[in-house]
Amino acid sequence: MALFDMRLQDLHNELASGKLSAAELTEASYKRIAETDERIGAFLTLNEEGARARAAELDRSGAEKGLLHAMPAGIKDNIVTKGLRTTCASQFLTNYNPIYDATAAGKLNAAGAVTIGKLNMDEFAMGGSNENSSFRPVRNPWNTDYVPGGSSGGSAAAVAAGQVYFALGSDTGGSIRQPASYCGVVGLKPTYGLVSRFGLVAFASSLDAIGPLTKNVEDSAYVLQAIAGHDGMDSTSAEVAIPDYVSSLTGDVAGMHIGVPKEYMGQGIDPKVKESVLAALKVFESLGATWEEVSLPHTEYAVAAYYLLASSEASSNLARFDGVRYGVRADNPDNLLDLYRKSRSQGFGQEVKRRIMLGTYALSSGYYDAYYLKAQKVRTLIKRDFDQAFEKFDLLLGPTAPTPAFRIGEQIGDPLTMYLNDIVTIPVSLAGVPAISVPCGFVDGLPVGLQLIGKAFDEATVLRAAHAYEQNTDHHKARPQL
Amino acid sequence: MTQFNTYETVIGLEVHVELHTASKIFCGCSTSFGAPPNTHTCPICLGHPGVLPVLNRQAVDYAMKAAMALNCTVADVSKFDRKNYFYPDSPKAYQISQFDQPIGENGWIDIEVNGETKRIGITRLHLEEDAGKLTHVEGGFASLVDFNRVGTPLIEIVSEPDLRSPEETKAYLEKLRAIMQYCDVSDVKMEEGSLRCDANVSLRPWGQEKLGTRAELKNMNSFRGVQRGLEYEQLRQADILDANGTVVQETRRWDDAQGKTFAMRGKEESHDYRYFPDPDLVRLFIDSEWKERVRASIPELPDARQARYSAEYGLPAYDAAVITSSKKLADFFEESLVYTKDAKAVANWIMGDLLAYLNQNNKEIDAVSITGQGLGEMIGLLEKGTISGKIAKTVFKEMLESGKLPQQIVEEQGLVQISDEGAIKGIVEKVVAANPQSVEDYRAGKEKAIGFLVGQVMKESRGKANPGLANKLLVDYLNA
Repeated sequence: MALFDMRLQDLHNELASGKLSAAELTEASYKRIAETDERIGAFLTLNEEGARARAAELDRSGAEKGLLHAMPAGIKDNIVTKGLRTTCASQFLTNYNPIYDATAAGKLNAAGAVTIGKLNMDEFAMGGSNENSSFRPVRNPWNTDYVPGGSSGGSAAAVAAGQVYFALGSDTGGSIRQPASYCGVVGLKPTYGLVSRFGLVAFASSLDAIGPLTKNVEDSAYVLQAIAGHDGMDSTSAEVAIPDYVSSLTGDVAGMHIGVPKEYMGQGIDPKVKESVLAALKVFESLGATWEEVSLPHTEYAVAAYYLLASSEASSNLARFDGVRYGVRADNPDNLLDLYRKSRSQGFGQEVKRRIMLGTYALSSGYYDAYYLKAQKVRTLIKRDFDQAFEKFDLLLGPTAPTPAFRIGEQIGDPLTMYLNDIVTIPVSLAGVPAISVPCGFVDGLPVGLQLIGKAFDEATVLRAAHAYEQNTDHHKARPQL
Repeated sequence: MTQFNTYETVIGLEVHVELHTASKIFCGCSTSFGAPPNTHTCPICLGHPGVLPVLNRQAVDYAMKAAMALNCTVADVSKFDRKNYFYPDSPKAYQISQFDQPIGENGWIDIEVNGETKRIGITRLHLEEDAGKLTHVEGGFASLVDFNRVGTPLIEIVSEPDLRSPEETKAYLEKLRAIMQYCDVSDVKMEEGSLRCDANVSLRPWGQEKLGTRAELKNMNSFRGVQRGLEYEQLRQADILDANGTVVQETRRWDDAQGKTFAMRGKEESHDYRYFPDPDLVRLFIDSEWKERVRASIPELPDARQARYSAEYGLPAYDAAVITSSKKLADFFEESLVYTKDAKAVANWIMGDLLAYLNQNNKEIDAVSITGQGLGEMIGLLEKGTISGKIAKTVFKEMLESGKLPQQIVEEQGLVQISDEGAIKGIVEKVVAANPQSVEDYRAGKEKAIGFLVGQVMKESRGKANPGLANKLLVDYLNA
């Protein structure tokens, strides 16, 4: 069994007994990256020197070792890491070395994890296929002609390909869950505000969430435990008690009442994906859970509202990239305005420009009420849909994405089709509630993900249900042949 | 100047006041003035990727305090919005400000011009962050930016268009400054930029209700500049209207050296700031307990103090207004009264020698060494006759410069008044003997000659003779 296929507890025991060292784990990670990453393209920057020094330090240290101690971690390249280049997969930031650590990155360090490198993504997290990386696309480890999903495609692919033990991603409208689904790994988007956003390069501030991508639900719980919690540096960070997530993995879902939104199982959903979801429901039934159909009536407006709100926020969040203080400045500008114009024209890719334009338009005087404000109202209605559903159900269940992964290049010329891939993840983001994607089968050799959605700050129930399902199926054990 | 019979001037002010919190509004950096460029900065105020703002509660307290002192209604729910624009002094390319839910609204202050009290409405008061400071290198090949100031908390105070002249505007600004000083929320120094002011100015024919087209005046960096800028703009617009021209709505820059305003940008070039609620900050809920706590921290304000000085000390309204126009001056007045009961004498010294000296040297009271104790004790020495009024002027000047107490100055310089009759009599005899012509004049009925002779006695005694006694002894001697 490959090292990274071992359970975290078993690896930990090996480390604790001295049979395994942090240095060996780190080397295993770089060896696997060397073997596979030319084909996958998951990494943008490797932290070889830093990681080796860190591993050696961990091996020397006599301090008490937590479960994440020495675990090789990949970090999505929109989470800033002090002294380790952070590009957001944008040409604009090819030269940007952060001067501080994101809170989540700092917490992983404190837990003893080793940062192996920075993971590829869609530029500034805008995209669902990783084709928008301005360096190179990421390829799906299950079939390298296919996309890994996005925007955390590098994170999902690196975990699926066994390059790291786990990865951090970020999810704004599905950017953790959808690539997890496409790559056959577990991806958790926590409740908005559970994990600090400090140091996450903002795409859409009211939606962005950092979360783990792992090979199984248990690991997801461990990583979430390490990164969750109030942060005084983030005003939107929630002051809630953090439960022991791992102890909630009891396997017991008897009596759990699950709602299946009919809008998530209808038009646009691949029938084979739907089949996998229905099969998953059978598993839950066999474990003593019950389910029934529910309606989230405003689902059809979610994608439109999302693209207005997220793009509006992005148009403002990305304004700081102007070539003045950091990032790549255009050569020979005629004047200040020209410096902005040239730097931003050269620095940003097509999709990023599209969204900045859309967002700028939606916030403009005379259009604000019709677009931004209207979209906020839709968001409120969507939240209400979820509130009402959760009065009756412990959990909502559906597919993570309408289809399995698609071919590289297949949708890149058609942004609207691309946007619809997020049709079942976006409403969850707008509502701010937690959701996990767990592998639930294969369609034509490509993984399919099951999405479990919980009440705000009830990650424990989401993880418990996902774990119970996983323990009674084998989908998560499958590995791509590389 | 005939124009002022034709047109009425309408002025509204937008005043920015820097709050003197210890740290910036959204990060922990220091706000102190005068540090080397870019030393009071961090990833947050530099707008690095990934950073987030966390609101400084002290800044909210100060803004609430200022709003209450300006008789504003303080909001129960307030929020922050982003004002988007590109400029190198704004590292995030947006300013965190408040758009439609400011901290305070619907306030007013009273000003006094030519002995009449006028109420000026305050539309709103909101909290926002300051920008950095740009310096353009000579020759125009580069600009330098200092981010020390970026993120300093500011309040913007917007008045109603209730002001009708540069004089009223000056009175309004002075009152506003005094109130901020009393509240102790800002240094309010125009020279250091902790008080800044833009003005909207328009003219309309007398009797017309509709406002004329306005120009927005910027870059008036002193009280004098505000007054001059407004006076210039009044004339400029009147000239246009007299010639049947149209005033253009635009932003104009006051050039203090040239004494003129110049067009900066027109209406069509004005920014669309695309305000929207800042998703990085949470809504501000201000409950009554919070409001009460802040309200309790507001000290006696200038109007109240002025009334008290008139009632308690019988000061003329004008004196009370001048003294209370600056908190430091009023505090100095009250400190003096710990050492003397003669409030009128204290007021006279402040209104006279002190203000003359301060104005002449362009200084504020805290920049000179004199203490209230010094002035109070000096008035005591005058009352006791230890020193003469003439010596007191010398002592006062010395106190301004050295801060020594009057007793010490008098002793060190031997300035004690001579009230010994025998000693003065000797001088009188000498003076009479030396000035026979004046003596003759006096005896011939020219009363004025006595003044000259007293002056000679004072001169002979090097100012130390008690002038009343010298006069009496001279008269006695000549009439004997």
